[in-house]
Amino acid sequence: MTIRKNQATLTAEEKRRFVDALIALKRSGRYDEFVTTHNAFILGDTDNGERTGHRSPSFLPWHRRFLLEFERALQSVDSTVALPYWDWTADRTVRSSLWAPDFLGGTGRSRDGRVMDGPFAASTGNWPINVRIDGRTYLRRALGSAVRQLPTRAEVDSVLAMSTYDMAPWNSASDGFRNHLEGWRGVNLHNRVHVWVGGQMGTGVSPNDPVFWLHHAFVDRLWADWQRLHPNSPYVPAAGTPNVVDLNETMKPWDDTTPAALLDHTPHYTFDAA
Amino acid sequence: MPDITRRHALGAAAALAATVGAPLTAAAADDHDSHQDHGGHDGHQGLQPFDEVYRGRRIQGHATEGGGHHHGAGYAVFVDGAELHVMRNADGSWISVVSHYSPVPTPRAAARAAVDELQGARLVPFN
Repeated sequence: MTIRKNQATLTAEEKRRFVDALIALKRSGRYDEFVTTHNAFILGDTDNGERTGHRSPSFLPWHRRFLLEFERALQSVDSTVALPYWDWTADRTVRSSLWAPDFLGGTGRSRDGRVMDGPFAASTGNWPINVRIDGRTYLRRALGSAVRQLPTRAEVDSVLAMSTYDMAPWNSASDGFRNHLEGWRGVNLHNRVHVWVGGQMGTGVSPNDPVFWLHHAFVDRLWADWQRLHPNSPYVPAAGTPNVVDLNETMKPWDDTTPAALLDHTPHYTFDAA
Repeated sequence: MPDITRRHALGAAAALAATVGAPLTAAAADDHDSHQDHGGHDGHQGLQPFDEVYRGRRIQGHATEGGGHHHGAGYAVFVDGAELHVMRNADGSWISVVSHYSPVPTPRAAARAAVDELQGARLVPFN
């Protein structure tokens, strides 16, 4: 059974295996397929048109499935690996062990944003940025530069308190839990973390940075936490919504699963602690 | 549509800029869009074209006829002639693929944010 752990609690051995599996997926070309898929949805999801992966109710189940696919790919390399999550309300500085050279490496140098240490630094030769929107082929970050502060626990709790999953118009203008967690409205949780990391994480090809998966694993965990707080609040919309994935509609690109099928994460993985 | 009058005044410049790559030397078209571009939900007709050099990069923007590669955005932005994918949010703010999670008020602000982020790198065309 897959147990997703807080990244801060991983042993040196767990970090090493996770990093090695990432690099193996990168070398095989499978990693970049995930980057490509993500960017296609980033470009295609629009507030007034079809929207599936982002700015819509299915933001949460879409990323849950996307992470499941990615985790299964990692496990095909090393069956002991699970996706860790990054609780950015707790590990909120550049000095966090997350950014140490034995895990993800640190921020980019000031001149060009290039990450200079850790297993994903361009100098290792193991992490070419192939799916990109500009000419730069090296991983970049600018931790805490475009926005100074990561969200606080109090800000997270204020969003977890919202009892309605999502609301019309089911996009970046919506009130409710989903859009406040996604961050287009209100205190801004998920979007702000992308901006705080900077570099590729601020772009449509954000999965180029491995922290993408740890960030989204925590966003996914917050969805599970919200469900526990609001057991009687359903996924909405239920049916008949143009351009939006209703509860029992299938989601692209898989076309074989629905939000309803992804509401319960426990058949796939559990979390380390409540 | 508070910018109707202004649009008429700029009609010639706008028509000129509607051709991809056409030089637009009229500086008048550039200076006031930070408030003009808040068109609400009335489509892209109210958006001004722009064409300027920002931090050594030529940035341009203009309304499109729709279709093509713009995913319905209705407005195209270019950095040194390469198209920057941009998107308008429901509240009228803008993002680009280079700065996707950080909305700004206008397409020109999105182009400038992209130049800041690119640090001189060239854009790769999107399909």
